[in-house]
Amino acid sequence: MGKIVAVTGNEAVAEALRQINPDVCAAYPITPATDLMQRFASFISDGKVDTEMVLVESEHSAMSACIGASAAGGRVATATSSQGLALMWEMLFIAAGDRLPIVMPVVNRALSAPLNIHGDHSDSMGARDSGWIQLYSETAQEAYDNAVQAFRIAEHLDIRLPAMVCMDGFIVSHSIERVEYIEDADVKNFVGEYKQVNPLLDLDNPKSYGPLILTDRYHEYKRAQHEVMTKVKNVVLEVAADFEKMTGRKYGLFETYRLDDAEIAIVILNSAAGTTKDTIDEYRDKGIKAGLLKPRMFRPFPYEEIAEALKHLKAIAVLDRADSFGGYGPLFSEICGAVMSIDKKPAVINKIYGLGGRDYLPDQAEKVLDELTGIANTGKVNIIKEYIGVRE
Amino acid sequence: MAKTIEIRWHGRGGQGTVTAAKVLADACLSGGRYVQAFPEYGPERAGAPLRAYNRISDHVIRMYCPVLHPHVISIADATLLDGVNVTDGAQDDTIFLVNTSKDPKEIREKLNAKPGQKVFTVDASKIARDCIGRPLPNASMLGAISKATGIIDMDTLLANVKKSFGKKFARKIIDGNLDATKRGYEEVKEG
Repeated sequence: MGKIVAVTGNEAVAEALRQINPDVCAAYPITPATDLMQRFASFISDGKVDTEMVLVESEHSAMSACIGASAAGGRVATATSSQGLALMWEMLFIAAGDRLPIVMPVVNRALSAPLNIHGDHSDSMGARDSGWIQLYSETAQEAYDNAVQAFRIAEHLDIRLPAMVCMDGFIVSHSIERVEYIEDADVKNFVGEYKQVNPLLDLDNPKSYGPLILTDRYHEYKRAQHEVMTKVKNVVLEVAADFEKMTGRKYGLFETYRLDDAEIAIVILNSAAGTTKDTIDEYRDKGIKAGLLKPRMFRPFPYEEIAEALKHLKAIAVLDRADSFGGYGPLFSEICGAVMSIDKKPAVINKIYGLGGRDYLPDQAEKVLDELTGIANTGKVNIIKEYIGVRE
Repeated sequence: MAKTIEIRWHGRGGQGTVTAAKVLADACLSGGRYVQAFPEYGPERAGAPLRAYNRISDHVIRMYCPVLHPHVISIADATLLDGVNVTDGAQDDTIFLVNTSKDPKEIREKLNAKPGQKVFTVDASKIARDCIGRPLPNASMLGAISKATGIIDMDTLLANVKKSFGKKFARKIIDGNLDATKRGYEEVKEG
């Protein structure tokens, strides 16, 4: 068993990066991810890792440098939040399109305007179509475990795709909690040696990355990207199985909680799932059959498996910590896409909660479960999308 | 299921209140307990009122929201008794600990504490001035918490104070904080 420590989410993920010792890291500071990279930079200056840190003038440059370093042949990591991820947006598509297995912890934070430094999922949801794998983490332990697994997943030769590991800004990134670390040697052994199969610096075998492809082949290139995404879930499950052998901690494409015999359920990402589980226990004690589903892998989205897990329910509330203005919340849209294949469809409602770090409190989960109980009894939905926890 | 102990700290920026919550979490981790420590993040200014929280449990802690109904309320600056609603969400048996030179009976009256609620006082700022030369009450507050609540034994607490302060400070400051922790334990009064 590894060392048990009381650390923040940022500290835990920085520790994972230390254990993995990437070749190159290009980063630019942004709250709340700053503290993660600051800790990792200390490991570099203390000689604990031999990563080459590239200090750049913006996140756009950070991702550009990561792309160059990854194509050249290195194992590459960076981290960001919010506006930083937004500024990287153009380069995210290039990392994915060039099939470069860069790993990036994203410490979820709201987007401006108005300026806000606190946690919500607007940043990573804005990057959901970029072709990156996205893993979400409820706790510091999950963020650490996901970071270790992300390298194996991203670098797997069946896929070779960049991966984001998301955790809630401040709520997890800056809260101290109990985390069990894995031994350094075990992490090193688990992620293994990285070898770029088409290194740009192999001058004897010249390659091109990101050439111009017009109407003749672009469409086929994108179909290839679509197809590789369909292979990701098997890789994620295979890596999770190995990870469980090493640590005893079990991961899947999503987590279910008291869902098997449930009639109503909440679908929710990241830290708010924990608070919801405690509320579900209270409702179970009252005899109400409530459950929860927490997606871990949001990209690619495991539609079929999630449909299978939700098919017996009468009513589902999908709670989004991000909005798509003029549309439904991003998680809600995916869950609707999943339940589409179910014959006897559950009623599905969408709640937007916790934007800009607004606290998600047990009474919000209670109100949602009460509403779901009503819908399960009457079959009647009053409103599909609504903000909760709003000060009136 | 064993109870999770929830603590709310009230302090002012620069007094070491957040550090105190962190040291307590670290100390309670030993013995296999699950812990959380987190401040309420706002504009971080010296002197501004702040809250920090702890959860300590024998079981996995899943709650990720501020403590709403604390079992322990620790007030590191008595001037906050007038400006902040420190009793907000208190339970019928909540334990209050206040850094003040005043008598615990007087504070009990000021808080309008219920019969089941316990009120403790410790002159943590004076102890800190004596031991480390600056009125930073966190170490003595931790000693007082140990005595008032029993959630952590002194040996473990002292070892963790030493470890936490040892990362940043010179020997003299560490020893001063260890003395302050001990005196906080010895000098806390119930009323």
